[in-house]
Amino acid sequence: MTALDRPLTSTLPRLRPRRSWVGVLVGVLLVVLAVTSLFVGVSDVTPASVLRGDAESDAAFLLVASRIPRTLAVLLVGASLGIAGLIMQMLVRNKFVEPGTTGVSEFATLGMLVTIVFFPGMAVVGKMGVAAAFGLFGTWVFLRVVRFVPVRQLVLVPLVGIMLGGVVGAVTTFFAYRLDLLQSLGQWSQGSFATIVQGRYEFLWIAGAMVVVAWIAADRFSVIGLGEEFATNLGLDYRKVVAAGMVIIAVITAAVLVTAGMIPFLGLVVPNVVSLIIGDNVRRAIPWVAGIGAVLVLACDIVARVVRMPYEIPLSVIVGIVGAALFLWLLLRRGSRAH
Amino acid sequence: MIALENVTKRYGSSTVVDDVSIAFGAEGVTALIGPNGAGKSTLFGLVGRLLKPDAGRVSVDGQDVATAPSAALATTLAVLRQDNSVAARLTVHDLVEFGRFPHSRGRLTVADREHIERAIDYLDLQDYRNRFLDELSGGQRQRAFIAMVLAQDTKYVLLDEPLNNLDLRHMTEIMRLIRRMADELGKRIVIVLHDINVAATYADRIVAMRDGGVVADAPAREIMRPEVLGAVYDTPVDVREIDGKPVALYYG
Repeated sequence: MTALDRPLTSTLPRLRPRRSWVGVLVGVLLVVLAVTSLFVGVSDVTPASVLRGDAESDAAFLLVASRIPRTLAVLLVGASLGIAGLIMQMLVRNKFVEPGTTGVSEFATLGMLVTIVFFPGMAVVGKMGVAAAFGLFGTWVFLRVVRFVPVRQLVLVPLVGIMLGGVVGAVTTFFAYRLDLLQSLGQWSQGSFATIVQGRYEFLWIAGAMVVVAWIAADRFSVIGLGEEFATNLGLDYRKVVAAGMVIIAVITAAVLVTAGMIPFLGLVVPNVVSLIIGDNVRRAIPWVAGIGAVLVLACDIVARVVRMPYEIPLSVIVGIVGAALFLWLLLRRGSRAH
Repeated sequence: MIALENVTKRYGSSTVVDDVSIAFGAEGVTALIGPNGAGKSTLFGLVGRLLKPDAGRVSVDGQDVATAPSAALATTLAVLRQDNSVAARLTVHDLVEFGRFPHSRGRLTVADREHIERAIDYLDLQDYRNRFLDELSGGQRQRAFIAMVLAQDTKYVLLDEPLNNLDLRHMTEIMRLIRRMADELGKRIVIVLHDINVAATYADRIVAMRDGGVVADAPAREIMRPEVLGAVYDTPVDVREIDGKPVALYYG
């Protein structure tokens, strides 16, 4: 919105312009990018070669074993990370939090390290469970700590979270260094879809399921976003809803961490962009957040694949650059509003 | 009837609400007055199950607030607290819709939608229904919150200083609305007010609190006496009659 869109004190009915064209745009982009993602890569896979059933290029096999899983993984990660950010922002009532700025990702990473050290043979689902448990604990710690920070301290809340994450991250790095596991650590902290193939992304469906859960409980999260007093007045069990939100956040964080690794800024930026377009009613926001999150990660993943063909650069680098730029823009335009 | 029986609330060593027994709900509009720190907001917190009393019992229509299901209470009692700093970007319509949550649990029926429309109409918010709350003036925002409480369709409505930061016009507008809600819709409204003249004009009954206790409880006209008000606020207050209405003078 520009300054001109801000309402004047007119008493004429001013219906909010419908933003349906943005929705159409997001939908079209989603389809176009998803199809592009299927056919971008080192090996030549084109729609024609798939149809021809070329034995030589194994295009169909490549599509099923690598490209489709990768594209699905990107879609699920993009959608679910956005939702994790949205739910966290509702729980904390602060627009600048997401798993990455609250120590949740760092706690989950610590959980991963613990499984590597103590249960090296553990199945991936077990690792994810432990990471989710650590992430849940991290969310709890953050919510405890942040209770001492006034809600209105908009920037202090994520600062506290980042410091918390820094401390946990330092502990993790220390042990990884002593145990010669820095390389594995690097793998998780740098998000990438390069190693995603069939059989290595399916946990992300759990993250996808969390998005559905969040959608079903959307109104509860909206009410929670109004604060504990409003929620109680409306007969909602505040603690229960917060606990449900914490589980959603932790499971999404852990599922993304074990499959793709850490992806910064996404959970922060996407809900903020959506908030500007259609506001914070969670029921309305969820499809938007999921869609725009998926589009953003898809686009970044395609760029990561083509920029240094035939090599890939880590997705987290691209998302980091795009996300940071978007975040700066959000901050600066937010600051320009007279609060 | 909202009934408090020997209710006490302490924060550490200071007693904020001290053995209070009182009932609300016989009159349309009850004003709760008293100096800062008298315990008015704490009393609302106790009735609205946001705080737990250290002693005593609070009940709403016979249901003990401590044990009754919160969702059931939310259909008979609505509490609008003082600090409505909503960070979320919601439209007026969204907010009023949430008022139906105790009834709909998120699935709006035709009846729910009627309640929402009626509340929006009643507070004259049709023109603003699609505006975001952060785009409204203080008076409009306060009306939106009251519309939400109205959509909640409860018999009892507790409003904690709804006139904060409002100018004269919006103040009287809100008070007239509250009066109408009591007279036309049969609501039982308890409202914390700082301006005793506003309280005297619009309330049927005035309850004065001081130091955690109720020091006066009577029809508005009987409270508007220099000795009563002087004792409540610990400051000299003169009361004159203008056009048959008592007016308190506390300046100079």
